[in-house]
Amino acid sequence: MQYKLSIPCSKTNLEKVRSFVAEVLNDTQLEEVECHKIILAVDEVCANMMIHSNGCNPSKKLDIRVEHEPLKQLEFIIRDTGKHFDIKGYNEPSMQEIVSSKRKGGLGLILVKRIMDGIEFSTDKNYNICKLTKKLNFEV
Amino acid sequence: MVEISTKEETDYCLIEVNGEVDASSSIELDDAIKAALEKKLNLLIDLQNLDYISSAGLGVFISYLEEFKENERKMILFGLKPKVREVFEILGLQHIIKMVETKSEGIDAV
Repeated sequence: MQYKLSIPCSKTNLEKVRSFVAEVLNDTQLEEVECHKIILAVDEVCANMMIHSNGCNPSKKLDIRVEHEPLKQLEFIIRDTGKHFDIKGYNEPSMQEIVSSKRKGGLGLILVKRIMDGIEFSTDKNYNICKLTKKLNFEV
Repeated sequence: MVEISTKEETDYCLIEVNGEVDASSSIELDDAIKAALEKKLNLLIDLQNLDYISSAGLGVFISYLEEFKENERKMILFGLKPKVREVFEILGLQHIIKMVETKSEGIDAV
């Protein structure tokens, strides 16, 4: 099954992203807490792409496509035409560093990496793409 | 969308957070905590009606931990729903932010 959403890069649209993902997750057998974590991971990536890749410019679009293989996995493919993010150059800060620097950012990607089974960034022509994978491990 | 209300008591300041805190609304939580910190009071934060928090909201709490310590004041969160608590626990924040179940436990802890 495939689901799609296209929205302008404005942080106020994050609510729409969450509603969209929640609707997709209705078709899985995941429990509320698990759904909540997946919604959070997608929200984090979309927020990062809106803010850091597109400067919250509402004339820029974010496309989200979800591929659902029932009982197997979910794939979230988030695409924009903004600035590419190089995950190889990303060093995860320690919690101590974040606390002592009194900074408010730096936690989003840590959450995403701990929630999802896979996170990949790539480029294709003019597009900047983030692919998130979550395995659905159900007993059959 | 988030709704935040602040109430000043004798020994502490109570902030009630209702709704969802994300990258677009975390500034409101930031303003409320900053204002409470300026009053040099202990802070109790009621999260019973918080349905969602993203890293932007968590970042707000974390960014004030040092200041509360420097000012010898406490910040205590209470009433987190299991799905919200889980988000704090993914990052291990239960070890660095005081979280209790009820308001009365929070009052006892300030």
